[in-house]
Amino acid sequence: MARIARTLLNRLGGMLVVLAIVVTVVFVIVRVTPGDPAAVMLGADATPQDIADLRTKMGLDAPLIVQYVQFVLGLLRGDLGQSIFLNQPVTQALAARAEPTFFLTLFSILIAVSIALPVGILSAVRRGTLFDQIVVTLTMVAASVPSFWLGLLLIQVLAVGQGWFPASGYGGPDTTFLVRLHHLVLPAIALGIVNSALITRFTRAAMLDVLGDDYVRTARAKGAGEGRVILKHALKNAMIPIITVIGLSIAMLVAGAVVTETVFGLPGIGNLVVSAVLRRDYPVIQGALLVVAAIYVLINFAVDMLYILVDPRVRL
Amino acid sequence: MKKTFLIATLASALAASAGLMPAQASDGILTVATIGEPPTLDAMQTPTDIVLMIDQHIFETLYTYDAQWKSVPLLAAAMPEISEDGLTYRIPLREGVTFHDGSAFDAKDVVASLTRWMAVNSKGKQVAEIVESLTEDGAHAVVVKLKSRYAPLLATLSQASIIIPSEKVADTLTEFVGTGPYALKERKPDQYTQLVRFEDYKSPEGEPSNYAGKREAIAKEVRFVPVPDANTRVEGLISGQFDYADSLPVSAYERVEASGNAKPVIFENAGWASLNLNMKEGLLTNKALRQAVQVALNPSDMMLAAFSDDRFFSVDASLFPGGSFWHTEAGVARYGEGDPEAAAKLIEEAGYDGTPIRLMTSRQYEFHYKIGEVAKAYLEAAGFKVDLQVVDWATLTTRRADPKEWDIFITHSNFPGDPTTINTITDSYPGWYVSDQKAKAVAGYMEATSDDDKLKAWEAIQTVIYDDAPLFKVGNFNAVAGVGASVDGYTPTYWPHFWNVTPKN
Repeated sequence: MARIARTLLNRLGGMLVVLAIVVTVVFVIVRVTPGDPAAVMLGADATPQDIADLRTKMGLDAPLIVQYVQFVLGLLRGDLGQSIFLNQPVTQALAARAEPTFFLTLFSILIAVSIALPVGILSAVRRGTLFDQIVVTLTMVAASVPSFWLGLLLIQVLAVGQGWFPASGYGGPDTTFLVRLHHLVLPAIALGIVNSALITRFTRAAMLDVLGDDYVRTARAKGAGEGRVILKHALKNAMIPIITVIGLSIAMLVAGAVVTETVFGLPGIGNLVVSAVLRRDYPVIQGALLVVAAIYVLINFAVDMLYILVDPRVRL
Repeated sequence: MKKTFLIATLASALAASAGLMPAQASDGILTVATIGEPPTLDAMQTPTDIVLMIDQHIFETLYTYDAQWKSVPLLAAAMPEISEDGLTYRIPLREGVTFHDGSAFDAKDVVASLTRWMAVNSKGKQVAEIVESLTEDGAHAVVVKLKSRYAPLLATLSQASIIIPSEKVADTLTEFVGTGPYALKERKPDQYTQLVRFEDYKSPEGEPSNYAGKREAIAKEVRFVPVPDANTRVEGLISGQFDYADSLPVSAYERVEASGNAKPVIFENAGWASLNLNMKEGLLTNKALRQAVQVALNPSDMMLAAFSDDRFFSVDASLFPGGSFWHTEAGVARYGEGDPEAAAKLIEEAGYDGTPIRLMTSRQYEFHYKIGEVAKAYLEAAGFKVDLQVVDWATLTTRRADPKEWDIFITHSNFPGDPTTINTITDSYPGWYVSDQKAKAVAGYMEATSDDDKLKAWEAIQTVIYDDAPLFKVGNFNAVAGVGASVDGYTPTYWPHFWNVTPKN
């Protein structure tokens, strides 16, 4: 028990170091990148004087070190700062965009896993058959298809052609939760299919690794049913790489659905990051990337913990 | 007698109610897909197109632009009474107008709003320099006293100088209350801005003409939805999700037209693209080389590359397009030739030393980039060396502020109501066009009070611009948008507006 507590504390310390590095690197990068939020806000016709005035008003003319110290002090108070462009706290902006990103990630990963696990397992079990060859080919195609292209195709066919789903957005004022979820169906399918390809290939490979192992042969020799052999003996031992790739997919979906969110006009975190970069909204870029980094680290931590559950031999 | 009285009473009651309610009020909602999220709804602070497009439904200005882009009354009751020396403007105000919060509109609101405008807005700051005083003249008029004549005054009072209740005036606006046909109900950044019909709206009179004339809030709601991806705007329009989609790619024109669910609309002369030349530092401080650039470039090819089809652009040497009060060919020189040999001769005479021209453009506006590529080819054909620098828009706006960083940058502008509000004419705008003959021509314009005198003075300014060559006008471009097939009454304008528009029911 003490060992686990020590491990957890070590991990927590490591996470804090990673986040501190992320904060500093992001702070420096956004400021050395050319571009000025004041100039972007004021548009093409702004005069240099207008831009300088707005910079002063927004505190952007303060020395970098002062801005950095203010940012870190704010962080310690749980304050990610104030969005320059949206004129609202960054935490509020992130919270407002958490719902679509959360449910998009959830649905996409559910779709991906629902396709990938059975298909990957079956493909491994039926290695070399026509089914296996089709799966290998299709997953290669799906992995190569950009999700935004698939998104545009789905919009054309299912939104414009059939009218089953909205083409974009997350519902207007007074829309119910179900209506908002309806807006997520097409982007979730687009992301789910693309992600399923990777998970299917990992599942197939992991299963192939273990299906030839001695304990599988032993289980079969002991007369265990094929289903039990595959699901209890083989799959359980193949789960570590599969969990790893699912965890990575979730982490990538949180911030990596940028293009899909843009294509579908979803007001999610990915979209917010892109807009913030284009607008040079420093506090939002910093805050959003910090949150994304924290989610990455937490998911990796959760994946490590799952290793212990799945395979007690794993030592952290 | 009794029957006559009854009919008369009923008729007057109906007339009264007709005055209160829009004649064709609808329960429909207009959903408008815009190119992005407005940074704010404070048009004084940030008068960008997206802000002005939404704001014009909420707020009103004293004057606005008619179809000729001349200023006509909106919240003002009439054109100003101008003193003989041209220094005092008395502006009468409309009576019976109310703000969305129910308070009455009067001179106090105008003075408070314009004072803020002169403090925070770039055009307002220019006006502030020549305003001696701004005072109320009773409840329904204001008086502006100038230190010197200022011809563009009404034009600047027609855009971004929005009138808000005096008690809402603050350094940073937190409440967005205006007198416009629609009131702000809710804004969720990156999701929607929801406007609802202002039932007590009092419209100006007259035939609708551009932004002037009668305004009826027919739709119950107008929702502005940011949809940054142009293809998604197209698909959303065709699928019926949007009633209007702004700024569509020209390649989508046929698709929208063929859909049957929507129709493409073209707003002609939405803006103009230009190459702005650095007159402060570097190679192009040499006037002869700037004139060589003029001769070398072929605007038709540049616009064709940028807009692919002549339905979507026109090449016109006049800085203002046909149909505008300010359209004139006066002073046009060395334009549209695309003559590398003539340009090479000028380059040689100017003693060009082979230093590359740093041509800065952005892919944020794809047509800027395409214009840049063709410009590079023509300049190189003439004998210039060209260093084409493609950066994102935010970087470009930062770099262009430093005269050491560039020689030419590509941008675009709309057609302002007054010619002297063209950015390049301002001494401080990147390019730093400072010239004695320009200053003299602009001073002549400022003295003009009649339209005829203003036009003559503008002709003199355009002549000087062609001689000094601080910019190269590439051409006028049209804006393509799409409207749902069942939407009625939409008239294209530079900042699309949705009063007088009937949504599908």
